[in-house]
Amino acid sequence: MIQSQRGVEGPRDLDHGTVPPDGRPLADQPKWRQDFPIDWAQDEYVSRRELVKFMVLTSGALAAGQLWIVLKSLFRQSPASAVGTPIARVDELVVGGAKTFTYPEGSTPRLLVRTGAATFVAYDQQCTHLLCPVVPAFEVGRLHCPCHNGWFDLETGRPVAGPPQRALPRVLLQVRNGTVYATGVEDSKT
Amino acid sequence: MPVPDALEFFIDPGRCIGCQACIQACTECDTHKGQSMIQLDYVDRAHSTQTVPVVCLHCDSPTCAEVCPADAIKRTEDGIVQTARKPRCIACNNCVLACPFGVPKMQTKMNLMMKCDMCYDRTSVGLKPWCASVCPSQALAFGTREEMARLRPQAKPVNTFRFGLQTIRTKVNIMVPRDASSDIVDVTAAMHEPTIGHEILDDVFLGVPDGGDA
Repeated sequence: MIQSQRGVEGPRDLDHGTVPPDGRPLADQPKWRQDFPIDWAQDEYVSRRELVKFMVLTSGALAAGQLWIVLKSLFRQSPASAVGTPIARVDELVVGGAKTFTYPEGSTPRLLVRTGAATFVAYDQQCTHLLCPVVPAFEVGRLHCPCHNGWFDLETGRPVAGPPQRALPRVLLQVRNGTVYATGVEDSKT
Repeated sequence: MPVPDALEFFIDPGRCIGCQACIQACTECDTHKGQSMIQLDYVDRAHSTQTVPVVCLHCDSPTCAEVCPADAIKRTEDGIVQTARKPRCIACNNCVLACPFGVPKMQTKMNLMMKCDMCYDRTSVGLKPWCASVCPSQALAFGTREEMARLRPQAKPVNTFRFGLQTIRTKVNIMVPRDASSDIVDVTAAMHEPTIGHEILDDVFLGVPDGGDA
């Protein structure tokens, strides 16, 4: 009998939102009543505490992500090997000549340039700006990216003009018995 | 964390001794910023010592929130109507004027409407609100319905009120005599009682017949 007190007009139904004073269903109510619900859950009100919690957690996640990237780059194994992969014969290229190759297998295209009688350089062919392929400009000692007129130094791979900010990743080379071997890749440095 | 469903608030004005302990205790609540949210009404001060403690009754369809133009008054999932949200409240006083029970209070120094939130920091973890904790006669009580039925066999809880044409159901219960004929407290009917507020209302409601000692 005591319990029935509450049930005079049916149980409280807060799950379905605000009960308007006239008791009619929400569909029959003016739109402003749906736009301004009284119940906290329907209002999507963000309290200061919720906002602070959100910001702390997202900042923490961001910091953890940065730390993860740092640790990953510190412990990254270089694919360098003493033997290396043969990529070209010395007599295949004239001085100033170039050739593309992949190292390691399945990588993005790399660019091998013969800069002297016994000197070779090799870089990743993707420009560090927006990944356009760079082409050698041997007569000025540079690599040129034609997309946005970016220039890299042929000897070091460092950017010298245009939009690129980072150096081209360098492929380490060895020349043995008339064959050029790729032995590893250096990370891009600014 | 919501207030547990089993725990309810019961007001029994007949037990109130006017000690004002609830008013003092109310200021201690962490969610009240040192303000007391309780009003202790004298029913007819010239003729009686009877007092009625008024806490928020937490209506199913809260009039204060209905009239709020700034959408600042919100009710949490457990049916507790909270103090106005500070970033939204524009201190317009609409809720203060609209509440049929006279509960919301305007804190002009803070430009914020504050009202009884049933000591939300306490009740949401299962503790009693401050007023119910200190009330020596338990005119303000917080517990289960079974407890109430056992301790107060002469009374029954009612949570429906009528103001003229408006019927209001509330989360908070008021205790009425068990043999009362109605389950609805008709608040405005009391205005026509001979003693209560008689001197003033006789002038206002001219159609009301003379009552009692006039």
